[in-house]
This record gives sequence, structure tokens and C-alpha cells, in this order.
Amino acid sequence: MIPEIGNFSLIIALAVALFLATVPLYGAQKNNLQLMQFSRYAVVAQFFFVLVSFLALVYSFTIDDFSVRYIATNSNSALPMIYKISAVWGAHEGSFLLWLLILSIWSMAVAYFSKSLPISMTSRVLAVMGMLSIGFLLFIIFTSNPFERLFPAPMDGRDLNPLLQDPGLAIHPPMLYMGYVGFSVVFSITIAGLISGQLDSAWARWSRPWTVIAWVFLTLGIALGSWWAYYELGWGGWWFWDPVENASFMPWLIGTALLHSLIVTEKRGAFKSWTVLLSLIAFSLSLLGTFLVRSGVLVSVHAFASDPTRGSFILAFLVFVIGGSLMLYAIRGSSMSGGGHFNLFSKDTFMLLGNILLSVACAMVLLGTLYPLLDQMIDLGKLSVGEPYFNAVFVPIMLPALVIMSMAPLMRWKSDRFERVFKQMLIPLAVALSVGIALFFIEKGSVMISVSVGLAALIVSSVVMSFINRVKSKSVGSALKKIPLSFYGMNLAHIGVAVFIVGVTFTESMSLQKDLRMEQGDTISLGGYAFTFEGADSHQGPNYIAYEGAVSIIDPEGESIGVLTPQKRVYQVRGMPMTEAGIDAGLFRDLFVALAEQLENGAWSLRIYYKPFIRWIWLGCILMALGGFIAVMDKRYRLRVAK
Amino acid sequence: MNPKRKNRLILVLLILAGVGAAVTLGLKALDQNLLYFFSPTQVKAGEAPIDHSFRLGGLVSNGSVQREKDGLTIHFDITDGAETIAVTYTGILPDLFREGQGIVATGKIDGSTKDGKTHFIAEEVLAKHDENYMPPQVQEALDKAHEDGKKKLAENAAADAAKTAIQTTEQSAAQGGTAQ
Repeated sequence: MIPEIGNFSLIIALAVALFLATVPLYGAQKNNLQLMQFSRYAVVAQFFFVLVSFLALVYSFTIDDFSVRYIATNSNSALPMIYKISAVWGAHEGSFLLWLLILSIWSMAVAYFSKSLPISMTSRVLAVMGMLSIGFLLFIIFTSNPFERLFPAPMDGRDLNPLLQDPGLAIHPPMLYMGYVGFSVVFSITIAGLISGQLDSAWARWSRPWTVIAWVFLTLGIALGSWWAYYELGWGGWWFWDPVENASFMPWLIGTALLHSLIVTEKRGAFKSWTVLLSLIAFSLSLLGTFLVRSGVLVSVHAFASDPTRGSFILAFLVFVIGGSLMLYAIRGSSMSGGGHFNLFSKDTFMLLGNILLSVACAMVLLGTLYPLLDQMIDLGKLSVGEPYFNAVFVPIMLPALVIMSMAPLMRWKSDRFERVFKQMLIPLAVALSVGIALFFIEKGSVMISVSVGLAALIVSSVVMSFINRVKSKSVGSALKKIPLSFYGMNLAHIGVAVFIVGVTFTESMSLQKDLRMEQGDTISLGGYAFTFEGADSHQGPNYIAYEGAVSIIDPEGESIGVLTPQKRVYQVRGMPMTEAGIDAGLFRDLFVALAEQLENGAWSLRIYYKPFIRWIWLGCILMALGGFIAVMDKRYRLRVAK
Repeated sequence: MNPKRKNRLILVLLILAGVGAAVTLGLKALDQNLLYFFSPTQVKAGEAPIDHSFRLGGLVSNGSVQREKDGLTIHFDITDGAETIAVTYTGILPDLFREGQGIVATGKIDGSTKDGKTHFIAEEVLAKHDENYMPPQVQEALDKAHEDGKKKLAENAAADAAKTAIQTTEQSAAQGGTAQ
């Protein structure tokens, strides 16, 4: 009964979305206030019915209703309750329902926070979001209905993929989707602007907080995914340039470019058509990401579900959304005015260069991700693009971007003098050079370490410099109070980038790894730490059996750090083996131990890692996200609710 | 040319040069880092390059996995049903590696053989994180080998039938035995 309620409310939501996508548009065209105000009620109704549907699925999962096919394939009575709930979005059908729910949450947020806006604008934005809802509702109802029944109902379910039975992955998809779908807001605002022809700095100002918030979620979502891959996929990597990772990274790159170009459009009225284009592309890439992940066209470690009919539906939807929006852009884009002019040496130019570098980087990632697909179409043979490609193209593009990033905040809009900026950069440059040279001697001539950590130092010291500029000749306390929140946010996010770079550099260049066979009592030394294998015993989990190894560790000073207990699990329902690593985390280094295979006489093959600074990678992402969050809290963007 | 235009021109040229350089770099990197996929049948037919990395996919033959004393060096066979390649790998295998499982290995051949089979030295072994999953390329290679096998059988059967028509029943029965 409950699943039918869920299914039925999806259909009602579709009907509501059909009205939402049309009536307010007509109202805005005819300037009919009532029809425009209808959009707000429709959004609430849509949210209500999607929520009912979502809760119906959650409820059915919690009571183990295996007569529902989706639940029978993705849950099991022995599954712990938290994973029964996260299993709702553990596979294809449910993850789209989650996507839809998040889309209606964003629509609600737009309706709520837009009271200061002209109603015609709001109703157009909500109507565009309604169109997106229709697409996803049709997709769910006709190709991936999570409420489909299974007859006869099995006694028990086939269990959730053990890889997904993890707290990190329980929140990773919602975060990522908040980011992906968040870009639908700025997309809709832009489409509404293109329809009405009103793309001014008010449009940019209104788009900015939505873009930043979506970007914050996307940053956190990607970081969570990377962290999960590190400890759960087993083997200690944090980024694999896997198609699915790239799918989330491309919208991030464009989103980053967008949130910067929006600043220029708001402050200077410049780059309008570029900003419009970026906001269309950011959401298009989010959709493309969904298509890549869910259609199974690309071979990937993440391609959990695949079905060609779904793929072609998403492809058609993709063509409609991207093609339609670009067409509108082509028709209306030409009417956009150019904005104020600026000198070659100015903040404007540097912002543009940074934007271009980010976009080129994104294009390169796109090329590497889609190349196997293109190749398959023209039948040259099956191939894949290896990790070295991405490192080879990505790093050289990012290095100049980092230089720009450290300089642009110190520069003036419109026109600046080289000597002035050089004077400002003198101290940061000196700091960066001394850090780089010092590292060059400490690390025995590694140019890569010197350059990238030097750049990180450049970023941090120019951030400090920009604060000194603001505080100059006033009392420090009152000056710091006067600095707007968005300035703090920006600098915190930039420091996050520096922290991230330091993490990546040291992890990639100084990690130590050992794969070896160990018998009980064997000790090996890695990075100054002594690892002793104390043997492995069997262990019973709620829905798995495991071998649990014990590895005791002594640090370089001779103090005991404790015992790591990596596990080799076999999840009983699927008979699927899983490696659970034992990790001793620290700010400056992680120690990572994984059981690989059981050999004869109680011996095991083990993998042991010493990973310096790996936490800095995710810490950097958290700082970037926090910076974005603080920037949105700025009073200037506090969307005036009461007027 | 007025200074505004000149500025704009310099900017556009700079951007074009930068983007051009990036694209050249990218295409070059792409060219060097493509990994082609071959099935055991294709490797046997000499389609795979020697001393250049490629991906080999197929099923791990039953009973073929042998482990050396160090616990880390492993020998096994990969088959697509028609041909078999001997693989050596040193390192830790993915959780889902087992006999009968579809896998993809990245590595090289150096032209040598092992037990009469082409010897593939793997640098990386990938097994999918889903016990029912079959890499599509492996599935396709298997299907193709299976199809080819069936075609061959059908041709043999047709040839046999033709021969039977001419020869006596005892002879054709003996032929059927040797054809097996």
C-alpha cells in the first residue's frame, strides 16, 4: 500500500510540475499577477508530493518490504538501520528520486528567498526549474520506478552493495547532488534572464549566492567521495581520474570559473555573455555527469548500474536541455551589452585569464573522459585514457592559475600599474622563493615539490598581504571588523587551495608503500615506524564475516601508537569480499594497513602505507567550502526577506 | 588602431596562444597515454604491440592461479574461450579477483612465451566492484570468441555432412570421433 502511495504522489507531482512549468511563464508574459503567484504554491505542492514519495520509499526500506523490486535488490533484513536508509539512494532508481527531492528543495529555497525580487523574474525561474522536474519525473516514472513490485516477493533482499555500507558514502551522494542540482538554480536564473532579456548586474548579484552555495556542496561532495575512495576502495589512493570522478570535477571547475566571473559581471558589468555561457555549461556538465555515471557508457569503478534505455532517455534530455539553452543563448546572447572597458593590466584581465585556465582545464578533462567514447563510436578499437594523461595536462594548466590567484586579489579593477602590484607582491614573492629554495635543499632537488609548495606559500602570503593593506593605519581590531565577510570567505577559500596543494604535493611525492608477506610476529619498518603483524582472527559482523588482523605500531621515538585492526570481510548475502583498511590518521601523516590475502600457515600478504600530509587534501577542501559559506553569509547577499 | 582595440587584440592573441599551447600539450599527452584493449584471441593473432602497455581482458581460467613463495607473485591464465594467455603479476590483487571472474589487466608482452602460451606481464589487475559485473569489453570478447567457435563448429559439421554423403557410415563415424 505504502509503495503505491509513493508512486501515486510521483504522478501527482508530475501533474503539478506540468502546471508549474507553463502557467507562471504565461503569467509573466501577460503580466498577470495571479498566474505568476501560482508558481509559489505549485512549488510547495510539488515539494510536498515528492517528499511523500521519498518518505514512502524510506519507510518501505525500513520495514523490509521486499515485494518492491528496488528494495529486494538493494537491501536485506540483516542490514543495519542506517544503511537501510542510505540504501534508498544506494542505487539508480532511488538516487534519481533523491535528485528530484533535492531539485524541489532548491525550488522551495528559491521561492522563499526571492521575495525581494520582481515576481515576474521569480515565476520564470521557478517555471524553468519546473521543466527540469518534468524531465526527471518522466524519467523516474517511466524508466526507473523505484516502487515497481516484484512478484512473488522474495524472502529476503539481495543486500546493499557492501562498498556502499559506509557512513561516508551515506552522505556523499546527497552532498554531491546538492551541488549538481544547485547549479540548476543559476541555470534557471540565466534562462529566465535570457527569456526576459534582463541580464544586468542585479542578475549577477542574485546569481552569486546560489552559485557559491551549490559550489560549497559540490566541493564537500567531491571531497567526501575522495575520502571514501581512500579508505573504502582499499588501496590508499585519493583520486583516480576515473570517469565518474571527472564527471563531478568538471562542473566544479566550471562552477569555480563561474563564481569568479559573476564577481566581474556584478562589479564591472563585464564578461556578460561569458558568464551566461558558464552558467549554462555548469549545469549541463552536471547533467552530463549524471548521464556518464548512470548510463554505463563508460567503464568505471563506479558504474554501479547500467541500462541502455535509461541512457538514451538521459541523452535525449541532455540534448534538449543543452541544445535548447544554447539555442536561446545564440538568439538572445547578441543583445547583451559589452560593459565597461578595462586596461590590459587590471584585475578584470586577470580574472578573465583565471577563468580561461579553469575552462581549458575542464575541456582537457572532458576530452580525456569522452575520448574513449568517441573512439568507440568511430570504431577504432577499445581504448582507455590513463591517469598520466590527466596529470600531464592538468598540472601545467593549474600552475599559472595559481600565480594568477595570488595576484588578482591584490590588483585594482579597470586599470592598475605593474610597479604598484609588483611592490605589493614583493614580500609574498620573497616568502615563496625562500620556501621553494629551502625545500629544494631539504628534499634533495625535487623541483616539483619546491614549485608547488612555493606557490602555496605565495598564495598564503599574498592573502596576508591583502589583510595588511586593509588594516593599514587603523587600529587592527576595528579594521578587521569593518572588512566584509565575503573578503574573509574569499581568503579562507584561497588558503584552502594552498593547503590542498601542500597535501597533494607531499602525498604524491613522499608516500611510502610496501606490499609484503608477513607471518605472525614479523616486523617491518616503513618511514621510521615499526609495524608488527600480530596475526589475524575471525570476526563476526552484523551481515558479514571477517578476518581481523592486528598490526601494532611503534613510532620513530620508540613509543607505541597502538594496534590497527584491518579487516578482510565477506558479506554473506552477496558473497562479496571487501577490504577494510586500518588507518591511524594524523595531521602530518597517515599510517594505513590493509589485509590483502590469506596465505598458508596463518601468514597474510599486507599492504602498508606511510602517507604524509594526506589529511591536508580534504582539510583544504573543507576550508574552501567554509570560505564559500562565509562569503554567502555576507550582509550584501543576505537576501532581504522583510522589506 | 586606437588603444582600446589594441588592448583587446593583445588580450585575444594571448588567450589564443595559451589555449593553443594547452590543446597541443593535451593532444600530445593523450597520444602517449592511450591504452588499447585486446582480447586473448587478438593477442594470439599478433594484433597487440610488443613492449608497449595495453589492456588484456578475459576470464581467469579455472585452476590456473599459482602463487609463488613470496606470497605476492602470482601466475594465472586469462582466456576468452578461444585462446589463453599466461599472466604474471606481482602485487596485491583486487578483492574480487578469483578463478572464473572477468578481469582486465594492464601490462605488456615482450614476445616471450610461458608454458607454450604468450606471456603477459601485468602491472595492474582490475576486477569490478560488483560480483555480477562483467566488463563490457570482456563480455564482447567472450561473445565474439563464442560466435567464432560456433561458426567453426557449424563449418566443420557442414564439411562432415558433405563427407558423410560420399563416405560409408563407419568411416564418417570414425571422422566424427577425430573431429572432437
